[in-house]
Amino acid sequence: MIGIVNYGAGNIFSLTAALDRIQVGYGMINNKEDFDQFDRVIIPGVGHAGAAMSKLNESGLVETILSLQKPVLGICVGMQLLTSYSEEGDSELLSVFPLKTLHFKNRVTLKVPHMGWNSVKAEADCPLFKDIPEDTYFYFVHSFFIEHNPVYTGATCNYGIDYSAAIQKDNFYGVQFHPEKSGVHGEQLLINFTKI
Amino acid sequence: MLAKRIIPCLDVKDGRTVKGVNFVDLRDAGDPVELAWQYSQQGADELVFLDITATHEGRKTTIDLVKSVAKQVNIPFTIGGGINELRDAEILLNSGADKISINSAAVRNRQLIDDLAKTFGSQFVVVAVDTRFVEGVNYVHLRGGREKTDIHTEEWIKEAESRGAGEILLTSMDHDGTKNGFDNPLLGQINKLIHIPLIASGGAGNEQHFVDVFQQSNVDAALAASVFHYGEILIPELKEILRTEGIAVR
Repeated sequence: MIGIVNYGAGNIFSLTAALDRIQVGYGMINNKEDFDQFDRVIIPGVGHAGAAMSKLNESGLVETILSLQKPVLGICVGMQLLTSYSEEGDSELLSVFPLKTLHFKNRVTLKVPHMGWNSVKAEADCPLFKDIPEDTYFYFVHSFFIEHNPVYTGATCNYGIDYSAAIQKDNFYGVQFHPEKSGVHGEQLLINFTKI
Repeated sequence: MLAKRIIPCLDVKDGRTVKGVNFVDLRDAGDPVELAWQYSQQGADELVFLDITATHEGRKTTIDLVKSVAKQVNIPFTIGGGINELRDAEILLNSGADKISINSAAVRNRQLIDDLAKTFGSQFVVVAVDTRFVEGVNYVHLRGGREKTDIHTEEWIKEAESRGAGEILLTSMDHDGTKNGFDNPLLGQINKLIHIPLIASGGAGNEQHFVDVFQQSNVDAALAASVFHYGEILIPELKEILRTEGIAVR
């Protein structure tokens, strides 16, 4: 069973719909006692990273999240929250990863937001991409990106600059794209997460 | 590489598709959910639903439709039509829509773009613009191209971007329905003016038109309706042709 951290940042309809399609059970995590019911955790999130971090702080769940030993997957802004800092709102974040979340503007000349299907190069050791072909396209919608890092980057995306499409460290994982909107390969990635 | 997107557009009324659909293996041609699922299987990158439901009761059917699509289809979709205030958009967001598209409501109330972008994020807000070339000038038109405004298309699109639109869906009413190809010069010109994605619409008649619009105007996505619905263009074949022409597709 997957627990979805329900801290009010964005709608989770698409995520629960995808979990229904792949027949994976899930429930909502509203307070810290709820974590015990689940063997893995998803942190969703859309919108403003700073605002999302404030909501997560208000939820009182931060300390428990940081202490988790079970697999954790952050999606989009939920992934960015796992980094130490975002230029969006000049925000201090969870610091699970010693990485920064940066704005595309002034760094690339391409259109922002980065919106649409972009190919992704996964590292061989990233279990999220098991049974997913090389250079598969995933659906992205974001204006801020996580810097590329030789240690923590689990998959690389290039949009005028190489950045982290996926990150991994111990039991913590994150993906910048939306697996719930990325066709069958996105669904495979969610299935892979349930098997980590 | 960021892929160029192919977007089928479905007109729906009271929860049913309105334009004729001629798919070989479709059980119910009027069921937008089944049609959407078919398109996602064929490799469509995104879907647009244009809701032309007029009645309040019908809108409830639309909400149910959005929920069903979000449950069953694993690619992003946009819903347009009947969105006049934040509340309308919020219901659609909470029903699983990835984006909403606003057209005349944004022209009548420009602040709506700012409000939607601030509340839900720019990525949620597509501004659809219908344009027609009149005596040497591109004018924004309303009501499916029937009502001319005095607004210059270029200025309106730039304003929509600055107010927080995340994407522009531009339909050339001069090309729409002609099947003679997209309005590539206009699309290319608009594409250079803005820094948000541009979706081309109006005029698709064959595969080469898609090659042309991407190569000549460099738009981010191309939208069409009848050529897909009637099976005149099959998405897998279209993608293969685009790939052969060196255009990045999924």
